[in-house]
Amino acid sequence: MNIPNILHEIEKVDPEVYDRMDTRRSALRNFGNLAGKISLAAIPVALGGLFKKSYAGEKGLNDTVVEILNYALTLEYLEAEFYAMGIAKGTALIPAGAPAAAIQTIGGHETAHVNFLRTAITGAGGAPVAKPKFDFSGAKGAGNGPFKDVFTSYALFLAVAQTFEDTGVRAYKGRAAEIVKGGDVLTAALNIHSVEARHAAHIRQMRKANAFGDVKPWITGKDSGIGPSVQASYNGEELTNQAGIEIVNINGKSISANAASEAFDEPLTKAQVLAIVDPFIAP
Amino acid sequence: MSKLNEELIIQPLSRRKFFGYAGLASGLVIAAACNKDDNNSSDGVNLGSDDIGILNYAYALEQLEAAFYTQVIMTQYSGISAAETALLTDIRDHEVAHREFFKNALGNMAIPGLEVNFSSINFGSRDSVLATAKAFEDLGVSAYNGAGKLIKSPDYLVLAGKIVSVEARHAAYIRDLISNGSFADNTVIDVNGLDKSRTPNEVLAIAGTYIKTKINASNLPTS
Repeated sequence: MNIPNILHEIEKVDPEVYDRMDTRRSALRNFGNLAGKISLAAIPVALGGLFKKSYAGEKGLNDTVVEILNYALTLEYLEAEFYAMGIAKGTALIPAGAPAAAIQTIGGHETAHVNFLRTAITGAGGAPVAKPKFDFSGAKGAGNGPFKDVFTSYALFLAVAQTFEDTGVRAYKGRAAEIVKGGDVLTAALNIHSVEARHAAHIRQMRKANAFGDVKPWITGKDSGIGPSVQASYNGEELTNQAGIEIVNINGKSISANAASEAFDEPLTKAQVLAIVDPFIAP
Repeated sequence: MSKLNEELIIQPLSRRKFFGYAGLASGLVIAAACNKDDNNSSDGVNLGSDDIGILNYAYALEQLEAAFYTQVIMTQYSGISAAETALLTDIRDHEVAHREFFKNALGNMAIPGLEVNFSSINFGSRDSVLATAKAFEDLGVSAYNGAGKLIKSPDYLVLAGKIVSVEARHAAYIRDLISNGSFADNTVIDVNGLDKSRTPNEVLAIAGTYIKTKINASNLPTS
């Protein structure tokens, strides 16, 4: 789910969206209080209700909220279906034991994110979009793209998984600025964002353990450890200067360029993310 | 492919020789310049208010993490592998980078260096070090996740976002070192697939065990 994205889209048509959220602090507080009292599974409903309340009586804007939530849902569908298809291959693709268990854990979270979002959309008065047709070969439906062996090659499966997870982390971050002061909606987005990063770290360790790629749990420079086919997901990660502060050897501490780049994950814009996932979606 | 290759965990947990490192770092003063003496008062080091307060809150947590990993690398636990040394050194460098970044970003608004209390940690023991690392990393993730909505500046929010996902990568790695596959288990991730978030008061109550300096968070925003 990409709530930052969502609010950014809302802002395009309603520049006062943040003020709306801000002036509804009591509603947000109520949501926060409520969250402690209701079951976890009920939170998406409350979240959807929060959106609905913010835009009560303004149908056009609520439609926009739903449209953007559905866009985020589409991206979550991509990850959830990818893991489900991999798991369906059984031990022909993923070795039994720890590897299978890890992919089950990750896939379960992605499915949970899909359900969370669908419930939130319904709660906001909208209808969740149907799952698109995906082409995990990366050929926009032709099935013969650069990743056509993704469900027969364990190495390629983990390479695509790593790319999806690292891209997901960057995609969430890419809209953080536009959801600033977004209350519990922002918190929910952050709570998904860090889960994607945990997934990424584990997948990267799986690739390292199998000698599929010389990668660490964190992203070094702009190295994918995969190849040019996924480079767009890693470009920009090599940044070593944050807010005008150079991190390499900062304050006389011995911090290498690699460490400086690893210490901060970088965002991707919506346009960059769309370009990355486009080959995986059949028209 | 070999089944052994599938195992991410380098070594099984076992009873380890006690090297007597316990208490070694007790009273260690974190190396960070004291910029403002007037931050110290009888009520403890005041983090300040609004975004400065949140940045100082993050700076305090990064001081704690950086001091911990600095000690971990200085006095490496018994049986540490080459891979563990390499990646724990990476983590130390990341945390030092975070600490120094906040120090510079805050300038003369930065709180002074905090005094830590690591007397409960046995730095000679893999179990003790990794359990503490896990606690610190999970705590850090929940702290940034909970602080996000308290930040007013879009730029600071993005910076917090750039750091929290790295903390989550650390958490996943440390958890897998303790028990492969626990990188995102149901002790931290709920049924909706969401990570934890904690308020500053909740975080500081937990971190307080390891920080000797009294911290005053009373001026931090709460919503």
